[in-house]
Amino acid sequence: MAFTNEQIERYSRHIILKEVGVKGQKKLLDSSVLIIGAGGLGAPAAMYLAAAGVGTIGIADADEVDLSNLQRQIIHATKDLGKAKVISAKETMEAMNPDVNVNTYRTFVSADNIMELIKDYDFIIDGTDNFPAKFLINDACVMAKKPFSHAGIIRFQGQLMTYVPGEGPCYRCIFKEPPPKDAVPTCKQAGVIGAMGGVIGSLQAMEAIKYILGVGKLLTGSLLTYDALSMEFRKIKLPEKVKDCPVCGDEPTIHQLIDYEQAECDGAL
Amino acid sequence: MADINIDEYTDITDVVCPVTFVKAKVAIEELEPGQVLSIHMNGGEPVQNVPRSMKEEGHKVLKLNKNDDGTYDLIVEKGDE
Repeated sequence: MAFTNEQIERYSRHIILKEVGVKGQKKLLDSSVLIIGAGGLGAPAAMYLAAAGVGTIGIADADEVDLSNLQRQIIHATKDLGKAKVISAKETMEAMNPDVNVNTYRTFVSADNIMELIKDYDFIIDGTDNFPAKFLINDACVMAKKPFSHAGIIRFQGQLMTYVPGEGPCYRCIFKEPPPKDAVPTCKQAGVIGAMGGVIGSLQAMEAIKYILGVGKLLTGSLLTYDALSMEFRKIKLPEKVKDCPVCGDEPTIHQLIDYEQAECDGAL
Repeated sequence: MADINIDEYTDITDVVCPVTFVKAKVAIEELEPGQVLSIHMNGGEPVQNVPRSMKEEGHKVLKLNKNDDGTYDLIVEKGDE
């Protein structure tokens, strides 16, 4: 596929970069990323990936746009209130970049549907707001050998890590299992500063882009935490691999996906 | 140098900086190392910047021909990846 003059201009700041060039931009246009959750994390991630020319973007979320979402979920606007988040997100992305093909999945992920959802995508972004979904995404990506970016945000804090099959630990290696119900407040109860989704969700988009381009070093084997109040980023080295991890260890004990029960936020982060 | 065998042509007179270089870069990335690209460009900014940028990318500038209408043709051999 040859670039049109319009594409050359649109992606000129990418193509100029040695690490991207024409080949890299073509890789982006030929790639596919699934974003689970069209909320605080998914919104900026989706917008940067669309702007970058990731050719196929899937977005999964069952919710509708609520007024309380708009303080942080910048892919949605006041005119979108009541609209399905996936539709609102698709409209924003397509308005930004006509090169992007957006697939919408108006559903929450579950043990029943997640393998089917992730199977055709090159990279998965976890933009969910609850532990059951995070463990489900991890286990499914480990089983399907899909790379993904985990992230979570609450109050003035955020964290993320990247899983690539065969390269470092998975989310369950580190966090074992969901905390007891109600042990950790949801974002609805605890609050979250809106720009936190912008910081962490943009980093997730960056990880996806680096993975697709095959450049630089990913956040595999490390957990990056961000505390906005103390203005500190910490990159915490994680163990290489946890041998007795129940999902990615030497003798896994989890062979089927689990739908954990836990109170969820009304709106995805 | 009269017999340089040109493999591909591109015209960047329809765009302005920095897209001039980007369009030239797009064209040369399609070639194999050792193949030769002729880039048709306007005088002024493109002539100042595009040859330099192509050298920085590791390509070999073989020739710069000035045309009667004030445009230029830059002949570049693609370097190794």
